Amino acid sequence: MIETRGLSKTFTSGAEAVRGVDLSVSAGEIVGFLGPNGAGKTTTMRMLTTLLTPTSGTATVAGRDLLRDPAGVRRRIGYVAQNSTLNPVNPLAEELELQVMLYGFRRAEARARIARVMASLELTGLESSAAMTLSGGQKRRFDLAFGLIHDPALLFLDEPTTGLDPQSRANLWKHVRTLRDQGLTVFLTTHYLDEADALCDRVIIIDRGAVVAEGAPAELKTGGRTLDEVFLDLTGRSLREDVPA
Amino acid sequence: MIRDTWLLFRHDTRITLRNKVGILFSAAQPLFFLVLFGPIFATFGTWETLVPGLIIQLGLLSAGLAGFGIVFDWRSGVLERLRVTPASRLALLLGRVLNNAFTLVLQTVMLVAAAYALGLRAPFGGVLVAMLLVVVLGASLAALSYAAALTLHEQLFAPVMTTAVVPLMLLSGTFLPMSMAPAWLDAISHASPFRYVLDAMRDLFGGVYLSSAVGVGVAVVVVFAVVSLTVGARVFNRENA
Repeated sequence: MIETRGLSKTFTSGAEAVRGVDLSVSAGEIVGFLGPNGAGKTTTMRMLTTLLTPTSGTATVAGRDLLRDPAGVRRRIGYVAQNSTLNPVNPLAEELELQVMLYGFRRAEARARIARVMASLELTGLESSAAMTLSGGQKRRFDLAFGLIHDPALLFLDEPTTGLDPQSRANLWKHVRTLRDQGLTVFLTTHYLDEADALCDRVIIIDRGAVVAEGAPAELKTGGRTLDEVFLDLTGRSLREDVPA
Repeated sequence: MIRDTWLLFRHDTRITLRNKVGILFSAAQPLFFLVLFGPIFATFGTWETLVPGLIIQLGLLSAGLAGFGIVFDWRSGVLERLRVTPASRLALLLGRVLNNAFTLVLQTVMLVAAAYALGLRAPFGGVLVAMLLVVVLGASLAALSYAAALTLHEQLFAPVMTTAVVPLMLLSGTFLPMSMAPAWLDAISHASPFRYVLDAMRDLFGGVYLSSAVGVGVAVVVVFAVVSLTVGARVFNRENA
């Protein structure tokens, strides 16, 4: 579902955010993409979702060449950004209708999809609400609805549970597991290693723009270490700052 | 792309029409000038000279400051979300600028209607042709405004744009024709595309359709539209825009 070879991104500032990353994600997997602040997680995800153009390397995403057919990639992926992307004041069903119609669906089909996705994410009844009136958990589920409304083959989740309370987090995990059971491929970044441990079939750890480890959580937790300990052993304990774009 | 542009235009227009107070407020300044300055101006000039100037002022204050909307969408992440849909970047721009042009037409109709009540006697045909210029001018100004909003630092956009509006307005001859200005000021004003559009609109409001001013005004609007939309499309296509 995702194949990259030597994927790199150097910003105009000269900062090398991603350095020759090779990734391989199979259909139906939930893969966690982990790393400290500034490791290159979000930059990689933004390249894979066509928001940034790689400086070098090749990639196939959801069966489409990232550089030659970015519109084809966009048609087949869903993306839930790190920060909420909801219009704070407009009725969310109206925003969802625009979103789904931009994928080529007609209005009747769009409305049926909205009803279906909202029911599956426990959002029914909030159609005419604006994001500014919702709780953090509801907002995040709406973000998920925007990423899923067109039935993508591959879903990108960038730190989906950051800032949520434990109940909302557990609820979102439940929904992600349901998506996996339905056969959707999920590529997610998170700072919560318990989340990666609980949700992901496989994790890839990136540091300073390069992949430093990958495998199933159980395979990485050698010598009785927790995933947190494995992560710190691989990436060190010094504090990190984000790489400026 | 046409379908995406239409969907985005319809969506943005629905939001605009819901915010009727917003439409009225961004037209408030030219309306104040019309009501509070117009009767004074009419003692030595004509309504057909003043009203086109106020329409240019309206365009600069309404479509020219449209970039504020994209700053809002950029901040809330809406723009990023739309950029991951299959909609072309050009459609994302055109849907917006057409909505801004539509809003400007609504505001212009309000202004012209009020002006007729106060004494404007422009021929309907002239007003209609001038409206076409306003549509193209509104879309062009909005495209430039979006390009500026996505290029300038977010905190710089507001002071730069609100400051730029005043000289652009005065140099176009909004309140008094530039033919009345001293030579040096008249010469500078030739650098402003709005001067030519305004001269054309004044002729049209005066019932003169086939003048050189109208021809030049139409040509300037077309060139201005091509340049503005090209700049806007380039900025929208840029990564991180």
